[in-house]
Amino acid sequence: MKALDARREDVAAGRVERVRERANWMRRRSLQMIYEAGQGHPGGDLSATDVLAALYFGVMRFDPAAPAASDRDRFIMSKGHCTGALYTALAGAGFFPEAELSTYLQPNSRLNGHPNRTYLPGVETNTGPLGHGLPVAVGVAIAAQVDGADYRTFVLTGDGELQEGSMWEAAMLAGHRKLGGLTAIIDRNRLQQGARTEDTNALEPLADKWRAFGWEVVEVNGHDHAALLSVLDAPATPRQQPRCVIANTIKGYGISFMHDQARWHHGVPNAEQYAQAQAELADGKDLA
Amino acid sequence: MNAHAPSSPGLFDCRDAYSRTLEALAAADPRIVAVVNDSVGSSKLGKFRDRFPERLINVGIAEQNMVGVGAGLANGGKIPFVSGAACFLTARALEQIKADVAYSAANVKLCGISSGVAYGELGATHHSIEDLAWLRPMRGLTVIVPSDPWETAEAVKAAAASDQPTFIRISRMPVPELEHRTPFQIGKAEIMREGQDVAIIATGTLVHRALAAAELLAAEGVSARVINMATIAPLDEAAIIAAAADCGAIVTAEEHVVRGGLGGAVAEVVTQNQPVAMRILGFDGFQPTGSAEWLMERAGLTAKGVAAAARDLVAQKTR
Repeated sequence: MKALDARREDVAAGRVERVRERANWMRRRSLQMIYEAGQGHPGGDLSATDVLAALYFGVMRFDPAAPAASDRDRFIMSKGHCTGALYTALAGAGFFPEAELSTYLQPNSRLNGHPNRTYLPGVETNTGPLGHGLPVAVGVAIAAQVDGADYRTFVLTGDGELQEGSMWEAAMLAGHRKLGGLTAIIDRNRLQQGARTEDTNALEPLADKWRAFGWEVVEVNGHDHAALLSVLDAPATPRQQPRCVIANTIKGYGISFMHDQARWHHGVPNAEQYAQAQAELADGKDLA
Repeated sequence: MNAHAPSSPGLFDCRDAYSRTLEALAAADPRIVAVVNDSVGSSKLGKFRDRFPERLINVGIAEQNMVGVGAGLANGGKIPFVSGAACFLTARALEQIKADVAYSAANVKLCGISSGVAYGELGATHHSIEDLAWLRPMRGLTVIVPSDPWETAEAVKAAAASDQPTFIRISRMPVPELEHRTPFQIGKAEIMREGQDVAIIATGTLVHRALAAAELLAAEGVSARVINMATIAPLDEAAIIAAAADCGAIVTAEEHVVRGGLGGAVAEVVTQNQPVAMRILGFDGFQPTGSAEWLMERAGLTAKGVAAAARDLVAQKTR
């Protein structure tokens, strides 16, 4: 419990404020990337931003100068299309220069529409097709279990992505092997590309499904930085249950006209919308 | 005595060489792990499991997860040998092989067990005769088809020593030990018999049949070069161009469909560099039920069949 107390002190010492500031910067910067590139997935970026900000600026242990260090905590972006959120987190964390964000989606940029580990430091595996990140994360967590290592593996999945069968193959194995070093975070914004998840192929009762597969389930407001920090920053617990964090989020969170709108799954604001979006983010109001 | 033991003295099941070699590698290198889809028996990894229980990861019947888990294990510093029946490993998990392994350049070794038509009677669902066509185009994925137990062992060792994603096609069809005069090297063809009238480029279980075909042809005064193309990707283009230039005719032979496999790979090189007449021997599509040997006979994938194709080409060349 000493460790937990220390983390609480850390929170008191301003960790929440740092995550809040970084999340606001990520939103502003990723919207700029999408606006300048004329392409992107703003809805999912904005729903995932606070989770990534909590992980990269408050939870995970890593050294951007040694991105392959064997004892690093791993993050895998299973919903690989949300690169606006991922790239701003990686750049903000120091894996590559922030200025490079301006190359997003340009010819030969390292900032692909979907992340590529072979040329971008900090990316653990190439994702894009859905249903891939969780199996890879399970493999990483098994490696840690076999080695008795205490690094942690985090994976962020979309909620619609849970319609892919490979996710449940992986969930079943993680529960069976009691991969206590693994945390799967579900970006539960209830919208998939074209419609509501519950109208497409319903996921509920979602927490019960994960529990039935042998996972500990925690539900959290996915935009509440203090809550995310306290839920996500748990030590690896070898050979106990893996953890599923259902982060209840809002697609397009932070931009009034994008809130909970499937049409902003991919979409690019026009000049007027872009100015409004940046103004909404700049007025500094507490989004949570 | 299992049903797949050598059918006659001097013939071997390459899976034994695979499991023996993997065990020896694992004893020397703690990073080696095996990942299986309830395929401990069919991959002959029972002894591996007994010796290294923590390092045998059985994901159950879930090939997509198996390949993704393999990529994750590589991320965690392991050298995973992901073993499953070739038909399921390659077809079911094709997107995982593409995205998680080849495109991600993950250090994963995919071992397609009982490839080709080895599961003859079980039918086309269990035949793996399209795998080369869908794996060969993936840049960065090494594809190896060993011809005998020695080459299987060498391929497994070479794959473990390399940091490249690799697919090894491991047959259960009984084959003889061949006489290899050069060390195994990934990406390097092996000339197993010199000849000038026609070149026979074969892979896997067809190599010993090609050598026997060359014997038949020699008795008729036809000199056939036999090339063992154990690595399908990256392909030894120089050996193919030289064969085309020296012999003026090429027969390819493989336990695979005639579209997109070794024959297609050789044709891509020949047509663009040194066009010569070719014959591509393999299966024409989904195969009926029947023993593996019967299916090979039916498709002309025999010493006689290979010799007949070579004879035709030589006649065509001299007309």
